[in-house]
Amino acid sequence: MYDMKKILPGLIIFAGLMTFPIWYNGGDAGTLPKPEKPSNAKECVRPTEYMRTSHMQLLNEFRDTVVRESERGAIKEAGGVTYDDKSLMLGCMKCHVSKKKFCDECHTYAAVKPYCWDCHIQPKETN
Amino acid sequence: MKVLYPFIAVLALVALAFVGVKAAGLQYLFGVVIPYMAFAMFLGGFIYKVLHWAKSPVPFRIPTTCGQANSLKFIEQNKLDCPSTFWGVTGRMLLEVFLFRSLFRNSKAEVHDGPKLVYGSSKYLWLFGLIFHYTFLVIVIRHMRLFVGHVPDFLHAIEAGDALFQVGAPLLYQSDLIILLAVGFLFLRRLINANVRYISLPADYFPLFLIFAIAVTGILMRYFLRVDIINIKQLAVGLATFSPVLHGEIGSIFYIHIFLVCALMAYFPFSKLMHMGGVWMSPTRNMANNSRMVRHINPWNDPNIKPHSYADYEDEFREFMTDANIPVEKE
Amino acid sequence: MADPKADQLGESVAKDPSMMTGAVPAKDWMDTPVEFKSGNYCYPAKQSMVEYHKFPNPREWAPEDDDWKLPENWQEIILNGMKERLDKFRSLKVFMDCCVRCGACADKCHFFLGTGDPKNMPVLRAELMRSVYRNDFTTAGKILGKMAGGRPMTVEVLKEWFMYYYQCTECRRCSVYCPYGIDTAEVTMMGRELLHLVGIGTNWILEPAANSNRTGNHMGLQPHTFKDNIGYLCDDVEEITGIKIEPTFNRKGAEILFITPSADVFAEPGIYTAMGYLLLFEHLGLDYTWSTYASEGGNFGLFTNNEMMKKLNAKQYAEAKRLGVKWILGGECGHMWRVIHQYMDTMNGPADFLEVPTSPITGTRFDNAAATKMVHISEFTADLIKNGKLKLDPSRNDHRTVTFHDSCNTARGMGLLDEPRYVINNVVNKFHEMPEATIREQTFCCGSGTGLNTGEIMELRMRAGLPRANAVKHVKERYDVDTLSCVCAIDRATLSALMEYWNPEVGVCGVSELVGNALIMDGEKERETDLRFTPLAGMEGDADV
Repeated sequence: MYDMKKILPGLIIFAGLMTFPIWYNGGDAGTLPKPEKPSNAKECVRPTEYMRTSHMQLLNEFRDTVVRESERGAIKEAGGVTYDDKSLMLGCMKCHVSKKKFCDECHTYAAVKPYCWDCHIQPKETN
Repeated sequence: MKVLYPFIAVLALVALAFVGVKAAGLQYLFGVVIPYMAFAMFLGGFIYKVLHWAKSPVPFRIPTTCGQANSLKFIEQNKLDCPSTFWGVTGRMLLEVFLFRSLFRNSKAEVHDGPKLVYGSSKYLWLFGLIFHYTFLVIVIRHMRLFVGHVPDFLHAIEAGDALFQVGAPLLYQSDLIILLAVGFLFLRRLINANVRYISLPADYFPLFLIFAIAVTGILMRYFLRVDIINIKQLAVGLATFSPVLHGEIGSIFYIHIFLVCALMAYFPFSKLMHMGGVWMSPTRNMANNSRMVRHINPWNDPNIKPHSYADYEDEFREFMTDANIPVEKE
Repeated sequence: MADPKADQLGESVAKDPSMMTGAVPAKDWMDTPVEFKSGNYCYPAKQSMVEYHKFPNPREWAPEDDDWKLPENWQEIILNGMKERLDKFRSLKVFMDCCVRCGACADKCHFFLGTGDPKNMPVLRAELMRSVYRNDFTTAGKILGKMAGGRPMTVEVLKEWFMYYYQCTECRRCSVYCPYGIDTAEVTMMGRELLHLVGIGTNWILEPAANSNRTGNHMGLQPHTFKDNIGYLCDDVEEITGIKIEPTFNRKGAEILFITPSADVFAEPGIYTAMGYLLLFEHLGLDYTWSTYASEGGNFGLFTNNEMMKKLNAKQYAEAKRLGVKWILGGECGHMWRVIHQYMDTMNGPADFLEVPTSPITGTRFDNAAATKMVHISEFTADLIKNGKLKLDPSRNDHRTVTFHDSCNTARGMGLLDEPRYVINNVVNKFHEMPEATIREQTFCCGSGTGLNTGEIMELRMRAGLPRANAVKHVKERYDVDTLSCVCAIDRATLSALMEYWNPEVGVCGVSELVGNALIMDGEKERETDLRFTPLAGMEGDADV
């Protein structure tokens, strides 16, 4: 007795599960994120490479120092401008004005749901 | 030696990926070519192995009965541990595959003076085995977010569940901690339990080290040596849509991580890890205990094997039989 | 070499350095060759026996000799034999591949518990073969050799196989705990088959098999002797109960053919079980016959190879067909029932010349035996009791406090657990179970099954039987149990020796013996003794024996 009637469907299910991303995408790689760049500044508080990989750690640091240790104060001087608020809404979003056009672009692509907005009230998008 | 060699082998894999990317600049090889090859080996090898098993028939119906069989009406059957129907077997197999039913029975025997043998419950292996496998599953599933362009809700849900406690940013996955713990337990058990240490082969330590290294590099990448997730996802989705692109800089830690995963995938079908397929194929578990009810067919049953015939028997003993008033065919 | 006394051996089990007492061998198992010395191996099969079965390489040889007189190309024979079996048995193939060496089986084996020998851990017993499999049949093993856990097939390996595949009783206890259901019995069976290919076998298996083939039973009882023996049992029954029973032999047209292990008609304490059958059938007025041609329920082919199993088993259907019976009733036996339940119909069926067994007394159709058409005596008896067809006086077993030993084969190869218990509970007043970890599907083997019930390995048998004996001792101390009942002929022989060694006050009996004691026969005289001429409770003073 070979039980091929059970083994073959089993293998097909297995192959189906293992290749899930292939058939689920169906060749569609999705659209690459294009976060909107600020119009009012050329340089961020940290180098772009750092911000791309580690902005969440910086924000976390902000939160901890401000909320838990009540230490506000200048972040950094960059390109002749002093950014003086360790704040998401009052700092970062002064330049990166739109959550939708900046934050969400990459977060949606990478399926990340940051919990910033569990406490912060989402800014009203202008359009 | 049994522990050291596989440890060195895993270190060598790490070094290979690091040198390959850092010094030789073989990003495309490690990011695209090897992942495709490894996945093909995994999928192809797995299917080949199962079909290779399937090529041999199950000549006899040999379930291990672990409870009361289907019998008289007033005797209650244990339908899961001694199933006699398709659905009973299905239940038994699901319990086996998803809850490690047999391992749950595990006990520990000790001999004391007397001599007196005592058997105690021992469920650690079951517990950590179960935790390890489910954590591994969760980790594999939540990686899928990097391979699909539009992430379906269930992946979001699994990810949210894994980051339930919302610690830090990026959010801490409890699976990351648990898998280190579970692999650590399985490794220490292998090392400390004298019986298990004695039976262990290099092939038992290697996958443990490999999985541990995969987890560690993944953790490093997520929490410490940050990498650009957008570039990674672009590569991963590219792989899954057969249009791989290497875009921008991705840290070496990423290449080490996926190279180790590739090693695991390629190694899988040729190793004991095939218990993943084997558990479904085990004749002592996946057969109904109904061999007296339904005739099981053995394809190589040899019809030429005959008993020592009655005629020959009577020929040899006819005189005695007649004398003893035992009926005979030929007087 | 004299066998050690129980207290010496007990001391040795609990104290001598072994894996059970926490001592780990310094050397890897692959580097530890076996050493044969008197007492640790079964005597090899005599040349004449190997010749009788037409097995390869008949010769006189001795395990203690360096030269086993193997055929020149023995390695090739073994490896080809392995290939053939891998292609024939999926169980072997899967079990060779998917063990993860988790060690759950390690301390489940009675041989390991009693000897502490690492190679008696089921996982290592299988690794003895798996290492060769990896070396010669897997890519990783061919390339990496020892690093992949492989080793070439050498004479040392072959000797190891002979040692340890004859220190396994194929009891399947390990398989209960294995997360993949790996069954060492399958590996041991294959190991023994392979050994026979180069002329390595034991006399204690091949001689009974030869007897069974020629005379119909292991004991080599010729037809008239077989009949005479049952006649003597009938005489005893008459003396005890006043009932004269005249069973029939080889009778055509009987409704039922009854087959039981020949030990039941020949040797103590099996004969008392046979007296139980005789009384039961007489009580019912059953239309049945014994057969001298198929006078063996047991099947040592199971311990040899599948071809021999088929050949020996084939007699049962052949005889049922010749006699024109409707169905077959089987007596109490473990490995006999493993064969009947899991192999018989596949090997020698379809039994389309028989009818679905129906109890002529109760009308119950045994649908669970609809294809094989063979019913276990405990199933048959339990149904009779349930339907109130037996007049029973359980107080006639009051001189005994009983426990029940599940035979490995009926427990783990059949699932016959509650039928015998139902019967016992109706014929015995004082019944106590042994601890949970030692009964039902977790039952311990008697330690001497699969043809290891031979005198030359007595110490090994007493060690392997220790887990069972220990559980009996527990209920003996707790409940004064003095009777170990079972439904297995090999058990009746081996447990008797085991009890005499470890628990001298405990006797062994078949369940049907207890039934025979309790049965109130029409027209019987007042019973003063049980079937063993032991006075019944309250009759101690009156007995005149």
